[in-house]
Amino acid sequence: MKHADEYRDGRLARALAERIAEEVRPGGGGYHFMEFCGGHTHAISRYGLEDLLPSSVRLIHGPGCPVCVLPVGRIDSAIRLAERPEVTLCTYGDMLRVPGSRGVSLLRAKAAGADVRMIYSAADAVELARAEPHREVVLFAIGFETTTPPTALAIRLAERLGVKNFTVFCNHVLTPSAIQNILESPDVRELGRVRIDGFIGPAHVSTVIGSAPYAFFAEEFAKPVVIAGFEPLDVLQAVLMLIRQVNEGRHEVENQYGRAVRPEGNEHAKRDVAELFELRKSFEWRGLGRVPYSALRLKRAYAGFDAERRFELEDVPGREVPGCQCGAVLRGVKRPPDCKLFGTVCTPETPMGSCMVSSEGACAAHWTYKRFRDPEPPGAAAVAGGGA
Amino acid sequence: MNRPPRRPLDLRAGRVELSHGAGGSAMAQLIAQVFQTALDNEWLRRGNDQAAFEVEPGRMVMTTDGYVISPLFFPGGDIGSLAVHGTINDVSMAGAVPRYLSASFILEEGFPLADLERIARSMGEAAREAGVPVVTGDTKVVERGKADGVFICTTGIGVIPHGIDISVERARPGDQILLSGSLGDHGVAILSCRHDLRFETALISDSAPLHALVATMVAAGGAALHAMRDPTRGGLAATLNEIAQQAAVGVRLRETAIPIKPAVAAACELLGLDPLHVANEGKLVAFVAPEAAQAVLEAMRAHPLGRDAALIGEAVADQHCFVQMTTGFGGGRIVDWLAGEQLPRIC
Repeated sequence: MKHADEYRDGRLARALAERIAEEVRPGGGGYHFMEFCGGHTHAISRYGLEDLLPSSVRLIHGPGCPVCVLPVGRIDSAIRLAERPEVTLCTYGDMLRVPGSRGVSLLRAKAAGADVRMIYSAADAVELARAEPHREVVLFAIGFETTTPPTALAIRLAERLGVKNFTVFCNHVLTPSAIQNILESPDVRELGRVRIDGFIGPAHVSTVIGSAPYAFFAEEFAKPVVIAGFEPLDVLQAVLMLIRQVNEGRHEVENQYGRAVRPEGNEHAKRDVAELFELRKSFEWRGLGRVPYSALRLKRAYAGFDAERRFELEDVPGREVPGCQCGAVLRGVKRPPDCKLFGTVCTPETPMGSCMVSSEGACAAHWTYKRFRDPEPPGAAAVAGGGA
Repeated sequence: MNRPPRRPLDLRAGRVELSHGAGGSAMAQLIAQVFQTALDNEWLRRGNDQAAFEVEPGRMVMTTDGYVISPLFFPGGDIGSLAVHGTINDVSMAGAVPRYLSASFILEEGFPLADLERIARSMGEAAREAGVPVVTGDTKVVERGKADGVFICTTGIGVIPHGIDISVERARPGDQILLSGSLGDHGVAILSCRHDLRFETALISDSAPLHALVATMVAAGGAALHAMRDPTRGGLAATLNEIAQQAAVGVRLRETAIPIKPAVAAACELLGLDPLHVANEGKLVAFVAPEAAQAVLEAMRAHPLGRDAALIGEAVADQHCFVQMTTGFGGGRIVDWLAGEQLPRIC
């Protein structure tokens, strides 16, 4: 714990904040940085980081929350899977509450009798499949490059143990393709609706893929990237590094998170993933639409572990809740309070869109930690309970 | 005794049977051998379906609570002691002196009698230590699979000392907020022994009766004690939001003033939990008029259950009733209600 506390030191934060205040240059419309990861969004909100930054520095929340970017159609497919009588669907906790079409979530499906279990690690699902051999255990695998290697290891484990009743509903997605998609989007390139002067690059994702993959778009789109850890001092330091790059007209990939990220990443994890998975030609992202070569699926050699093949799942188009602005929020075009649903019908208790579900989602972070700053903040929610 | 003679219960290998809740001689035997033995007092000895006692002058309080915790036995306690402590604490949060408890047991067919006896004994010990007897009770048995081992419901009544009026809506701007000790011990101790999450920790639940601590606070603060609550499910965050809403005030906390043990902070970090949302079973938070806050804080610190008490913030005027906190990092944030269920069956 001491180790983590060192990255949350208030005195160091004030010193860094002073340095940032000294180095920002007036005029030029300020500095607009997108933090890609939900982990950064959460740290910024939870520690009140924006209070320490000058008003000319604006942080834009990006699409890097794995729960948020999964399109409604994939959630519908997971619910349909869970409703099959022979299936036990294993999911990470946050996915339980994400509404699919018509507002049905896995949690609702569970209440209606579907066998849905919350797990903490992919290996738990394999263990469950062993313990309950008469059930078809499906792992609802989601996430960026960080959660893909554990899925790969779970499949390897099932293979080694000869567990036949374990499959994976694969929804793993890739970070670099998403960043490139944002930079190529009309919002950024043509319409100027979103101004991005640089990126706070992913922390955990980069421990796997390394810093090299960002070099292409730092160069191509002339945007600085600073890979940063998820602790608040990490983020503050990354902001300072980005400001310096902008001031000096540089656009390089810099690594603030040197204690964990190497240029080449984790070769071991990358090899495991490459052996089991292949690129999908395109995959739908909430907010970004179909993004070419942005997601993974199991290779044919591992078809036996592929829930999409075993249960012949088809891509179903999902229906977003009318009025939900998650898409625009994920692209950085809108801020959570710009959405009419925010804080009225959409709250963490009754989320209408995915950004309000995960603690890494921009809407949930704004609601949970920051809404007191809004000119007309939505109320303090919910009715009091009681007792012990 | 006109009942047919029965062999004594097998408290080592025996199990709860449906007949133990059927109202017949098997039930009478279970009550006599397990509950009356463990909880023994003059009211139970009389064997009535109710307990009779003198009514004291003044205002009385009454509270009831169900206990469904899983697992039944955990580091620092079990469902029996918890069912005594939790209800004593709810009575005490009005500043009242707890007098009597009742206990209702819902047992699942097949539950080991040895475990039941262990729970009843622990309940008896907790009640004796606190000086609050369990004076009446009830036992029901449901078929296997219709419950999870044992559920307990306890009711408590107590007497409020003259001149004391502690109620959440009485919190007002300017009140100082006192917390009796470190947060999250109970929740993390329970989590550490959940079958799907087992991890090793030296932490034990903080489950404890708070009425003696409250008595010292009442003696030191009297009418200056405005509001008090024990932050159980939903943690300190839920409790402060409840008080803020019911009293129509805002709350401002200082993160650095809130005591949290390193082991709790580390476990929460690993599991992605906020210690402010984690349950406690032996802590209280009090809103005290500023002029008496120091005296009450000193009284708390002089009591073993309040040794680590701290002044963590204050109530302010805020039409939005926000609970806000200055983080250790220097920024501001909301401390919100917990959305959804963090840890099912924590108490």
